[in-house]
Amino acid sequence: MSSIVSLPDQTTARIPKKNYISNENGILSWLLTGDHKRIAILYLISITFFFFIGGALAGLIRLELLTPQSDLMAADTYNKVFSMHGIIMIFLFLVPSVPATLGNFLIPIMIGAKDLAFPKINLLSWYLYLVGGSMTLWAMISGGVDTGWTFTVPLSTHYLNTNVVTTGLAIFVAGFASIFTGLNFIVTIHRMRAPGMTWFKLPLFVWSNYAASILMVLGTPVLAITLVLVVLERTIGIGVFDPSKGGDPILFQHLFWFYSHPAVYIMILPGMGVISEIISTFSRKRVFGYSAVAFSSVAIAVFGFFVWEHHMFIMGVSNYSTLIFSLLTMLVAVPSAIKIFNWAFTLYKGSITFETPMLYAFGFMGLFTIGGLTGVYLGSSGTDIHLTETYFIVAHFHFVMVGGMLMAFLAGIHFWWPKMTGRMYPEKISQLAAVVTFIGFNFTFFPQFLLGMLGMPRRYAAYPPEFQVLNVFSTAGATILGVGYLLPMIYLVWSLKYGKIAGANPWQATGLEWQIQSPPLTENFIEIPVVTQEAYDYEWLDRQKEREVTQVG
Amino acid sequence: MDSPTVAVHEGAHHEHPSYQRHHFVTMDQQRESASFGMWLFLLTEIMFFGGMFTAYLIYRNWYYPAFVAGSHTLSIVLGTTNTAVLITSSFTMAMGVWCAETRKRSGLILSIILTLVLGLVFLGIKSVEYHEKWVQHHVPGLRFDAMTFVHPKAEPGQPVEPGLPLDMAQHTEIYFSLYFAMTGMHALHMIIGMGLLIFMLIKAVQGAYDDGNIAFIENFGLYWHFVDIVWIFLFPLLYLISRHQ
Repeated sequence: MSSIVSLPDQTTARIPKKNYISNENGILSWLLTGDHKRIAILYLISITFFFFIGGALAGLIRLELLTPQSDLMAADTYNKVFSMHGIIMIFLFLVPSVPATLGNFLIPIMIGAKDLAFPKINLLSWYLYLVGGSMTLWAMISGGVDTGWTFTVPLSTHYLNTNVVTTGLAIFVAGFASIFTGLNFIVTIHRMRAPGMTWFKLPLFVWSNYAASILMVLGTPVLAITLVLVVLERTIGIGVFDPSKGGDPILFQHLFWFYSHPAVYIMILPGMGVISEIISTFSRKRVFGYSAVAFSSVAIAVFGFFVWEHHMFIMGVSNYSTLIFSLLTMLVAVPSAIKIFNWAFTLYKGSITFETPMLYAFGFMGLFTIGGLTGVYLGSSGTDIHLTETYFIVAHFHFVMVGGMLMAFLAGIHFWWPKMTGRMYPEKISQLAAVVTFIGFNFTFFPQFLLGMLGMPRRYAAYPPEFQVLNVFSTAGATILGVGYLLPMIYLVWSLKYGKIAGANPWQATGLEWQIQSPPLTENFIEIPVVTQEAYDYEWLDRQKEREVTQVG
Repeated sequence: MDSPTVAVHEGAHHEHPSYQRHHFVTMDQQRESASFGMWLFLLTEIMFFGGMFTAYLIYRNWYYPAFVAGSHTLSIVLGTTNTAVLITSSFTMAMGVWCAETRKRSGLILSIILTLVLGLVFLGIKSVEYHEKWVQHHVPGLRFDAMTFVHPKAEPGQPVEPGLPLDMAQHTEIYFSLYFAMTGMHALHMIIGMGLLIFMLIKAVQGAYDDGNIAFIENFGLYWHFVDIVWIFLFPLLYLISRHQ
């Protein structure tokens, strides 16, 4: 199989002596750093930690569901396990996954800046994330929380004796980590671009993170105040969400989903940016319809604020608003489809190679499309009434979040691994991991669509015996999926010492980040670059190389 | 020294004051980034308070009589005084920013002290009002009794207000919940602001702003005015419901 990878001669190649990792030594130089690249690494380590905790909880859930009875754990323990799985995976993994790691690392480099606009706030964001994460862990080990990740009132405020307050405050704190990341990105992208780097020369990764940042900045504060009200309701009973005092639990739902629906796009948009970069690089072509893809990110961000009520169709909202929100929900399908079609057209007549990031990207395209199309079932108010609160919903959002975002995250980690560490990951085993992940994923979650269609409700430890066959499939798939996630963890750590030296531009890609050494210098650029070429201009890159050859010759 | 390169170098050096951070190319870029960041932060604050304003809007429509009755228990004199105090503190803060820009250290120190004092006066009056609510059993959750709204006591020199039906009277608890949540969150922002004012005061006395590095003061000014504007919305929404009735 052909490959575009071009590595320097391994016998003479060395990691550059001066880079952001070797620049300073000692634990304090990391804990007090203002360097966006180091903060990205700190974030990467911490979100990986939380991903494995969330993943272990997912394993427990699947193990319990292997049999129809609730036998591995008691029903209320099961409630705590799936609640914590959701809370950790959403707030502590998916929301910061790509923006706080790859975004933090790459956005300043991609726009030709030396750092994000506010390095100290960036570091503060990581500490807030850690505080939020520690509080969540504390809530988990000191008795857990069993509201589900949605903190539904009055269940969370009146009927449960678990750590709702601690967890609520943990999410409040972690929310500010996300706000600060978004704020930093928006200011950086507006004010720190290098000379010549116009908006329409920005890589699409920057556009999609920009759109996600808008959502973080505008949506997260609403979640914050909602959680404050929930905590006040629970601790002193202020009555705002308490129907016995005239408060309205539906108001909580509106406020909660006003954040939590856009949060879905906070999670997926940066992943879409990763896919744009990868599809373009491994097709050796400019992304088809660059400006359409760029604007579709912003369109998703805007539409994302007007569809939240589709989470509430069965909660007693009026039929007329259901109708309107159902129609508005269909609008989001348009920019999402624009992206998928444009990636497909980018592949058309491209010189496609199948390196690991591209395999993950293909996985993303397929799984995200299925996840998106099943979203249409759930956005249509009629079918939603049958399918909501069943495993169909669980399968739908796992296709989008795990099949979509997690695939994109892994694609991005592999793609930029040589830039972040200076070393290549091992190609063959990582291709195997990508395929194993894809197969395991489908085995895990496709049966859940069928279970949902048959009417198996979500969030129960026990189920009627006729659902067992499909649940066994799902649990078996989860085992394969688990192997698919453990493999990269192992070989990526291995590659830190034994990987091949990558050189500056192993993929022969066009972005600014590939024109500097890997790992980059602390200040990224010795001189601020002047940008003259369009994004993804592979002809420009070829001309550059021709000129190099003639100069040497 | 007369060679053009040195002149350019000196010129460039002049453009880079010591407080310019390493990752900004020009001082303008640094200043614009800081103020843009502050405006974005204020946008998140608007969304933060927006959640409570939404709740207010809905409940006021549902429980209008309860909101009127609750609003009439607030002291319009104290509320108006506080509004005046806060607007004046915004003026002194604006003077502080101006003094910082024109590098008048003593003026800056005086403005900060005045702003601090006015902020303290505001919080003092606010705590008097809170205490009054506690005495009257109008603190939701902790100490609440709706019966005063069912059988209102005659106040000297004023006609007796008609009582509310029991279920509507109980909904005054929602009004007071929002009253405490909104003014409490506003007061919290003031307390944070006053902490920052004390920090600025210490720095100003040390002369830290004499070199023109005043981005912090300018952006704090924006924050302080924002907190003021929130109050400008809270005052009519909470104190002035149907005062003519």
